[in-house]
This record gives sequence, structure tokens and C-alpha cells, in this order.
Amino acid sequence: MRAVRRLVAVVGGAALAGLMFGAPIVGAAAPYVDGELANPALQARYEHITHRLRCLVCQNETIADSDAELAAELRSEVRQMLLAGRTNPQIYRFMKDRYGEFVLYDPPVDAKTVFIWGAPFAFLLIGGIVVYRIVRVRSKMPLDEEPETGPTP
Amino acid sequence: MWKYWKYLLPVGAFAGLLVLFAVGLNPKRDLHYLPSPLIGKPAPEFTLTDVLDPSRTVSNRPLAGHVYVFNVWATWCEACREEQHTLLEIAQQHVVPILGLDWNDDRARAQEWLRELGDPYSGVGFDQNGHVAINWGVYGAPETYLVDRKGRIVFKHIAPMTMQVWNTQFLPRIAAARRGGA
Repeated sequence: MRAVRRLVAVVGGAALAGLMFGAPIVGAAAPYVDGELANPALQARYEHITHRLRCLVCQNETIADSDAELAAELRSEVRQMLLAGRTNPQIYRFMKDRYGEFVLYDPPVDAKTVFIWGAPFAFLLIGGIVVYRIVRVRSKMPLDEEPETGPTP
Repeated sequence: MWKYWKYLLPVGAFAGLLVLFAVGLNPKRDLHYLPSPLIGKPAPEFTLTDVLDPSRTVSNRPLAGHVYVFNVWATWCEACREEQHTLLEIAQQHVVPILGLDWNDDRARAQEWLRELGDPYSGVGFDQNGHVAINWGVYGAPETYLVDRKGRIVFKHIAPMTMQVWNTQFLPRIAAARRGGA
């Protein structure tokens, strides 16, 4: 718990520092570039990829949505790789090798994630079996007598 | 009795849920802890300008074949200030060189920091655009890595360095890295 609070404090501190000192640092030497890529096809891929990578310090945001410094750096990294002609799988691979599978919003199907991907289908199957059995048992029951429809005249 | 086994299913499901919640909702579980996929992998090489003297460079290449510590810090990181005296104490032991990485920082501010708090590093690379930090899978300063003689990352500590962490996590691994490995 202390570690969590510390990290939160670190992140918060970073964000605060970014707010307070961001302008002069960027003014000094523009550490990373942001803004649209000239090539619309690359820009589309940039949008696609940055919406599928997790920001590591603000874990429920993509790097496209996050204001964190690290997210800005990761976006800049993606741009540079796109401009260098890397393919999408190469870029995802680059991120996964450094930050683990957790950076990917669409985790690949493997031994660890097969439960997550398979669970909906497994539950659908279980539900289907239950419904099938209930219907089969009920269909073998004798038909009920005509329900009473109020007092007979 | 076994005719009624079906009635145990909800009980079993409930027990399963309890276990799931006990693990998933445990307040002691550190959600920010992410195991690094780089453990056991070669440490990324880098050459950057020296934070103290932009005309000189700092690189981890000359340290190939040596066990060394790699510490990521920045002046905007309050926890880094906290660990600085520990790093100085560790540097006093002269066990391994401590290579520093000033991540995403302002050079003048970093120089002032080292003058004011002391400099435990054998060299500090100035990583202005975070490129080297990303290569090392850094996501929050301070982070401290241990690299063995074969240039592999053996261990990563994400939080301020303390003497307890140094004595229990780093020193035994340094001794092991020196015994094993060519």
C-alpha cells in the first residue's frame, strides 16, 4: 500500500512538475514532437496504434488519451517508428518486449489469456446446455389441462 | 445423497467467487507493480551526453563484462530526492559502479540537484526525450536495475532505494553474479 501511494505521489509529482515547468522545458529544446503526421495513411495508423497501447502510469487510459509525460514519450516513439517504416506488429512487439503484455489493449490469445477469450463462449455453451435440457424435459411432460378461464357460466 | 450433488454446485461456485475476490480485491495487492519482461534479457546499450558536461558522453558500453547498477531519476521526482542519501551511502561501499539516467529533465536543474545533494554516480546520461528510458521499460522514477557481467538485466527495483532493499535484494544478487558468469 505504501508503495502504491509512493508511486501515485511520483506520478502526481511528475504531472505537477509537467504543469509547472512544462512550458520552459519544451521551449528549451522540444524533447518530443506531437501533432499530425504529414502522411494521412501514417496518421491513421498512428491513431489506430496509440488507441491500442496502455499508458503505464495511468493504467486505465490509452497512450492516445493520456496526458502523462510517459504517454507523450511513447506516442513520440510510435511516430518515429512509423516514420522509420516499421510495421504495426513490429511496433506492438517493441512495446511488448519492454513493458510486457500489459501494454496491449488487445492481448493475444495464448495459454495465459485463453480463459479471458474463451469464457464468453464457454458460458454461452453452458447456458445452451441448460436451456436444451429444460426444454427437453418439459416437452416430455403431459400437457396441462386447459387453464381455467374464470367462472363457468 | 449423491442424487442431490447438483445442489452443491451453487455452493462450489460461491466458494470459487470467494477465492477470486480474496485475490482480486486484496487491498495489499500492488496494482502498480508490473513485472518487467526485460529480466534476464540483455540490457539495452545507450550513449548519451553527460548531464554535467554536454561535450562528454556517458555510455554503458565500457561496463560490458562488469556488474553494475543502473538508476533512473529526475529532479521532478520527489521519491528520487528521498533515495539520494541511500545511493551516496551505497557508492561509498565501492561495490559496483552506479550508472545514472536523468530522465526527461532539465539539465541546469539536474546539475544543481547533483551539486546540492551529492553525486553517487560513475556517470549520468541525459535522456531528454525518454528514448533510452523507454528502451529499458521505465515507467516511473525512481527505478534501479542490476546488470550482470554478461550484460543481462538481473533485477529491477521500482521504488526509492533503501539500505534494506540494497542489503537483501541487491548484494546477494551481486555476489551471485560475480560467482557465476564468465
